Amino acid sequence: MSLLDIRDLAVSYGGRPAVRGISFSVEPKEVVALVGESGSGKSTTAHAIMGLLPPGGTVDGGRILLGDADLTSWSSRRMESVRGTRIGLVPQDPANSLNPVKTIGAQIGEVFRLHGRGDRRTIRRRVVELLARVGLSDPETRARQYPHELSGGMRQRVLIAIAIALEPQLIIADEPTSALDVTVQRRILDLIDDLRAEFGTAVLLVTHDLGVAAARSDRLVVMKDGLVEEEGPTSAVIADPRAGYTARLLDDAPALSAREFRTAEPGGRGPAVVVRDLVKEFRTGRRPFRAVDGVSFEVAAGTTHALVGESGSGKTTTARMVARFAEPTSGTVEIPGAGPGRLFRRHVQLVYQNPYGSLDPRQSIAEIVEEPLRNFRLGDRAARRTRVTELLERVALPRDVAGRRPRELSGGQRQRVAIARALAAGPEVLVLDEAVSALDVTVQAQILDLLERLQRDLGLTYLFISHDLAVVRQISHTISVMNEGRIVESGTTRQVFTDPCHPYTRELLAAIPEPVR
Amino acid sequence: MNRPKTGLLVASLVLAVVALWALAPGLFTAHDPIAGVPAEKLQAPSARHLFGTDAVGRDLFARVVHGSVHSLSGAFVAVAVGLLLGTLLGLLAGSAGGPVDDAVMRFVDVLLSVPGLLLALTVIILLGPGTVNVAIAVGTGSVAAFARLARSEVVRVRRTDYVEAAFGSGGRYPVVLWRHVLPNSLGPVIALTALQFGMAILAISTLGFLGYGAEPPTPEWGLLIAEGRNYLATSWWLTTLPGAVVVAVVLAAGRISRSIGRSTA
Amino acid sequence: MARYLLRRTAQAAFVLWAAFTVAYVLLQLLPGDSILIKFQNPELGLSPRQIQEIRAYYGGDVSPLESYATTLLGFLRGGFGYSIDTGTPVVERLAEALPATAVLAGSGFLLAVLIAVVIAFAAGHSRTSWIRGALLAVPSLFVSVPVFWLGILLIQVFSFRLGLVPVIGGSALQQLVLPVLTLAVPIAAPIAQVLARSIDRVQAQAFVPVVAAKGASRWWILWRHVARNAALPALTVAGVTFGELIAGSVVTETVFGRNGIGRLTEQAVNAQDTPVMLAVVVLAAAVFVLVNFAVDVLFPVLDPRLRAVTG
Repeated sequence: MSLLDIRDLAVSYGGRPAVRGISFSVEPKEVVALVGESGSGKSTTAHAIMGLLPPGGTVDGGRILLGDADLTSWSSRRMESVRGTRIGLVPQDPANSLNPVKTIGAQIGEVFRLHGRGDRRTIRRRVVELLARVGLSDPETRARQYPHELSGGMRQRVLIAIAIALEPQLIIADEPTSALDVTVQRRILDLIDDLRAEFGTAVLLVTHDLGVAAARSDRLVVMKDGLVEEEGPTSAVIADPRAGYTARLLDDAPALSAREFRTAEPGGRGPAVVVRDLVKEFRTGRRPFRAVDGVSFEVAAGTTHALVGESGSGKTTTARMVARFAEPTSGTVEIPGAGPGRLFRRHVQLVYQNPYGSLDPRQSIAEIVEEPLRNFRLGDRAARRTRVTELLERVALPRDVAGRRPRELSGGQRQRVAIARALAAGPEVLVLDEAVSALDVTVQAQILDLLERLQRDLGLTYLFISHDLAVVRQISHTISVMNEGRIVESGTTRQVFTDPCHPYTRELLAAIPEPVR
Repeated sequence: MNRPKTGLLVASLVLAVVALWALAPGLFTAHDPIAGVPAEKLQAPSARHLFGTDAVGRDLFARVVHGSVHSLSGAFVAVAVGLLLGTLLGLLAGSAGGPVDDAVMRFVDVLLSVPGLLLALTVIILLGPGTVNVAIAVGTGSVAAFARLARSEVVRVRRTDYVEAAFGSGGRYPVVLWRHVLPNSLGPVIALTALQFGMAILAISTLGFLGYGAEPPTPEWGLLIAEGRNYLATSWWLTTLPGAVVVAVVLAAGRISRSIGRSTA
Repeated sequence: MARYLLRRTAQAAFVLWAAFTVAYVLLQLLPGDSILIKFQNPELGLSPRQIQEIRAYYGGDVSPLESYATTLLGFLRGGFGYSIDTGTPVVERLAEALPATAVLAGSGFLLAVLIAVVIAFAAGHSRTSWIRGALLAVPSLFVSVPVFWLGILLIQVFSFRLGLVPVIGGSALQQLVLPVLTLAVPIAAPIAQVLARSIDRVQAQAFVPVVAAKGASRWWILWRHVARNAALPALTVAGVTFGELIAGSVVTETVFGRNGIGRLTEQAVNAQDTPVMLAVVVLAAAVFVLVNFAVDVLFPVLDPRLRAVTG
């Protein structure tokens, strides 16, 4: 008998179907990866299994069998006895998944208290043991600390400790590492693997990242629009996907499609951006904090240079100084051909990570794209309108979006609008700050294609900021790897990927899931 | 989806009717609000006298209808004072930042530290009682609320990516302020205006009740209730019905404020 | 922490001083000579010399700046000058009125918090949407009711119709019930609104399903996890509404014919008794500043995240 057997499960939110009759099972000790893009219904499925659908969500049909018990027929009181004891949850977002006003120890100990396991002293001892088991140093101190005193990776370890506290048969890991840096991601996934081996727990791994799924699961369940597209042993699905959608996912996932490295043709146009000894200090408290510490690099005209690093590496601060949204403490940014003052903005443009946040919600798409033209008084009203139409066409947006508002567009469409606006005044340098990080892989692939095409057609120079090595591998000609405010290694993309010199770069590369290497 | 909309409809209807009372009271009642018919004094509500009559035989409904103009115009003046002064202060503080921001916000702290009614009473000691003075007094009390909200909205919007992107598109400071910061900051301020309109009607009726507003024969709502107090034991309608009208108007203003707040959020 | 306390104390002192100054300018400087206005009345038949002496008694014959300084120093020493209306020291009148108002305002505030907590938590726990909607509509109704009318309505219903509370006489407790209820209703409304909204917001946070996944019941989550997180914004509002208690007592004491600070304020306004009014305004500001100071200091105790920032 399967540990977990889902049969024809259908879930809807206020009448709108999110999961439309899916079936799959999880055997004891097995890792099953539930893969899909946003809106595929994978997280809804996970929540339905726990009986924790958000308000408005209802199970419309089907059965969720845990052993031989059908959880869909259980009362909420009865479900409480299953949660924590037989099913554990490792949530998505470690930053917000712990109660900020309670100590770590209290929050782990709560699982034992809720299910009446042990007295006060036993619980305290078990908490410390668990903290040590998930690899946290100095567990006694950790137990007395509050969540904000721990890093993201440490918090995720605490959450894992909570999930395994009562040694459940099944752990549901809902995007357990998508909010974490790659090197931390790897260690957390290793920890889950270890614990699974030790306790014989089965894992349902919910993820959007096909790379993670491919590297960590025994079986894959691929979901799209609330339906299962394909299911099978992981290695078989990766090697020979039967569903067209799976094939496209595999193709679009930058980690899995090992394309040719991009190499710059020797154009001899000279550098478009020259950064020398850039330093940025922030004053917090008494000691100034160096976010960027002596960074130098050059970007050849018409090529893409990537700044890669984990959170806190200083890559975004560097980008903002290049785009003149932040003043360097010392050092220089030279951009040949860029005008002084406001004219600088005709030459250099910044594209943000979150396209929704960077578009004024009250403006129409046409107004947004037209704005730089109005600011620089480029052409009369009619000429500007023609230019807007041309720009929308260039970023492959349908003509009728012009009159719409940002909220009526999808994430990918919004990012296209942001790119169109950036191109409006005819710049030569684009600074792309995590510009594809918030998008699903298939959309991400389309935007990356668009960026490549624009670069070819318009001879643009890109400074591409990203934490995602796989994306960087695909788009950039040259790379600088940043860590703690410094560049630890730079070179052509091929050099950095095939022959990394610095140990940090090697660690980063080792952290990306298998097939890309 | 359906129920909240009914609420909004009823609220708009209430305000529309009361506004019509103020503009054209003759359409709603034929009775004289000032001259009474002594023979008909202290009658309970009936078809002839919808809200009953008072101690000198005046039709209470006529007095409520004719009184609406005092409450509404007073509330308009009060809200105008608060909205203009407060929003200007808030916009100034939020967009200028630095020492200007600090100075304005400390001033607002001071205004906030004195309860609205006491501030209003202070202004009344200064200016003397009277309808307009009461309105100004009430408006002064709401300056702080408008200023704080306007400032926090401007500060919030100024931090957004799209405002930075507007500068990035080559926008000059005044252009960005006008095109992006103002339109995106004003939604909550408009919602507060509707709310404060209701609160001003409350405050004006309170000051009228305490005797600092209109002079006695005037049918101001607060005053009506104050006059009805002497007949609590026998004539419940004299206090209950005018008060119910005040509650209805204030509730309606609050309901409209909430729907504005929701649609601009 | 010490530096934070110091800065916060300085700020509180500044607000208090500024409130005094604004009120002083409005009440003493701008209206001109309140003593002249009162005693020049020909009906009193006072000679100019007598008026001069009276002015000197009230300290009205010095330059505005000098008189400001004297008054400010007086306030710092706890002397608030003399009532123009009765000629007695303002301190005495305040001291006489304060206990009754303190009892009224204190009980009113406690009842308001109780009402607010019951409404907000009942709404937060309820899953039936119409019950929830009805509970959440209560605060909007509460803020829309004129306090004086509510008082009158309560007298009408409980004293005249039901005869539960005597209009005249009755024990001190009986006399307190209706005024406290009257005062509590408008104070409860904003606290309930903010608390309910903040409970909703906290319940939508990512840690709530994690607690549920441990096997906790809805009530356990609400009471042991959501409550403390949701308390912070409500505490701020409670601090702000504390100032409204004094304003509320003006109306409540007038309606119920009770003596206290509110009644004193009303008499001061009627008699243009500016020294008393000035003292009441400064007292209200002081209560407000102190309570909000306490709230700010309490914040880091409730929320460990704020300890690092303020330390």
